[in-house]
Amino acid sequence: MEKAMKRYMPIFVLPTLCAFILGFVIPFVMGVGLSFCEFTTVTDARFVGLSNYVRAFQDTVFRHSFWYTALFAVVSLVVINVFAFALALALTQKMRGTNIFRTIFFMPNLIGGIVLGYIWQLIFTGVLEKYNTALGLNEWYGFAGLIILVSWQQIGYMMIIYIAGLQSIPGDVMEAAQIDGATRLRRLFLVTIPMMMPSITICMFLSVTNGFKLFDQNLSLTAGEPSKMSEMMALNIFNTFYGRTGWEGVGQAKAVIFFVIVVGIGLIQLRLTRSKEVQQ
Amino acid sequence: MKKRKVFSLLLAAAMAAGVMAGCGNEEAPSTGGDSTETPDEEGTPDDSEKPADGKVYYLNFKPEADEYWQALAEVYTEETGVPVTVLTAASGEYEKTLKSEMAKTDAPTLFQVNGPVGLASWKDYCYDLTGSEIAGKLTDDSFALMDGDKTAGIAYVIENYGIIYNKALLEEAGYSAEDITNFDSFKKVVEDITSRKEELGFSAFTSPGMESSSDWRFKTHLANLPIYYEYKDEGINTTDAIKGTYLDNYRQIWDLYINNATCEPTQISTKTADDATADFVTEEAVFYQNGTWEYNNIADVGDENLGILPIYIGVEGEENQGVCTGTENYWCVNSKASEEDIQATLDFIDWCVSSEAGVNAMCKDMGFVIPFDTNLESENTLVNEANKYMAEGKTPVTWVFSTMPSEEWKNGVGSALTTYAADQTDANWELVVEAFVDGWAAEVAATK
Repeated sequence: MEKAMKRYMPIFVLPTLCAFILGFVIPFVMGVGLSFCEFTTVTDARFVGLSNYVRAFQDTVFRHSFWYTALFAVVSLVVINVFAFALALALTQKMRGTNIFRTIFFMPNLIGGIVLGYIWQLIFTGVLEKYNTALGLNEWYGFAGLIILVSWQQIGYMMIIYIAGLQSIPGDVMEAAQIDGATRLRRLFLVTIPMMMPSITICMFLSVTNGFKLFDQNLSLTAGEPSKMSEMMALNIFNTFYGRTGWEGVGQAKAVIFFVIVVGIGLIQLRLTRSKEVQQ
Repeated sequence: MKKRKVFSLLLAAAMAAGVMAGCGNEEAPSTGGDSTETPDEEGTPDDSEKPADGKVYYLNFKPEADEYWQALAEVYTEETGVPVTVLTAASGEYEKTLKSEMAKTDAPTLFQVNGPVGLASWKDYCYDLTGSEIAGKLTDDSFALMDGDKTAGIAYVIENYGIIYNKALLEEAGYSAEDITNFDSFKKVVEDITSRKEELGFSAFTSPGMESSSDWRFKTHLANLPIYYEYKDEGINTTDAIKGTYLDNYRQIWDLYINNATCEPTQISTKTADDATADFVTEEAVFYQNGTWEYNNIADVGDENLGILPIYIGVEGEENQGVCTGTENYWCVNSKASEEDIQATLDFIDWCVSSEAGVNAMCKDMGFVIPFDTNLESENTLVNEANKYMAEGKTPVTWVFSTMPSEEWKNGVGSALTTYAADQTDANWELVVEAFVDGWAAEVAATK
């Protein structure tokens, strides 16, 4: 059996490998290459060295969008995970209707980001109109709006992962803790959370990278108003690429910088939480 | 066991959702991406049959004319056997679609640029149209877009914009178009309507929406006027550093728009083009700054009720000013296409503006005024209303907004206008001036 597996492995791997190369490796390599070029169409490029990177770093709006995005990622990380964990705890108690509640909390995740952005824009506009102001007039309204939006969208998703984690905690451990006289709070912090570390790692990784990569919701909710002050990194890259003639390469360079940042932060976060995981 | 099954189902659902969400994210930036697949599928079988004849692939800029182009392409293919593919990418998507389509093997053979600034990024792709059949048919040489000595583009439609008004409502308010001859008289009428808003049941202006579907009316089209007058003073056609001599006039007219509209000035960032059209069609407002292309959307008001006024901004001698007339639609032929395809494309555009079927489609169905000697009389009331100013000998305002340095510049001015509208202080107006003047120089430097 094992031998057969080994022999046929290349054949089974081939389709996925082809898709991976065509859909990821080639565009990625091309993208990195183009960040050193000046171009109008991607097949017609001229090498210009590092000048795109210099221009990208000189861009004050890009720097602003980095801090704005970083703050957003941190706030959304905390909000999403705290609420998702609390919901998961609530919905693993023995009570009626937990499945219905799980479904309801999960549902917002099935709606696309652009649509969600427009729906919430209508809601916020309706509310802010009462106070004679609008979403596009203050970057922090946009910030709060985005936090509410992504929380609403992603809490359900993270909740499912936490529920899976909670259900995999062996009952005997909890029972032992209970017999030893641990209070509910102590059981939560000393047994449940350490046992849940793998789920927490995953959820934190997903929410921090999602926070950094946020694009659709940003585009449809605030579109960077006022004056690019609520523009996050992904949107900034997009606007750089299409906003001015001759800046395609700079947009590309920003995309590479962005990639490095997201990978770096993702890896650091993984390492930090992994080290807290315990063997079951 | 059962519990586990439910759980694994849930997990599967979660994963599927993740995959779907992933797709959504990937696709969102390139809405043009989905539609770009069609021409390839349609185009390939044709050219394998007729490799020698050449083919035409037109990337159209005007969504409102799309269906007529598709029909016209079919007629042409029937007549000549040359396959014609038309793909439409609306204004906001055009550059993106063009950039990706141009990188393909079967690139568009016919595409559009919006003027000198658009040409700057595509000039290496523009076939020299000097001496071509179609260039010879232009009624005026100024409708050709030049790149040095090279004819890079040919305008194929002439449009007008100004302040569209509802004649019936204006009359109800006790005025007629004759009462409006300059900014001061216009302001008087507008402010009088606002003061009697409750009694009349309508406002002066439609909502001056600064949402992306509508903001070009102000950050691009309205901004054309101060730039036009400055160019006129200086005797220039374009500049690397705008002075902003007429920005106070820009402020006057903007103040008038935002403080006499159907909505509060703080709400304009949320108002769309549809909102403004709705205000006009439902007779909530008398004045609507837009152009002749808007005709089909507002025809419900009735032809007899539609008129168009020049945009007066309070410049000396503006009594003789007409509406803003020009074009941002230039046809360019892709110089990197094969010889046969270039020839086929040249034949096609020449046929469009000279054959009966072509001219009928362009002038009647699409409602264009074409700058060729074959032009037919328009059925578009707004066009005819606008032409009256020409007949009276008023000077049309040319479209100089195609010399604006970049989209970034327009966005900067637009955002500043929105901020100013919400809180109309001198300090906030300074931000508009800054975006306008300093932004111009900065963008020129950035795009060099």
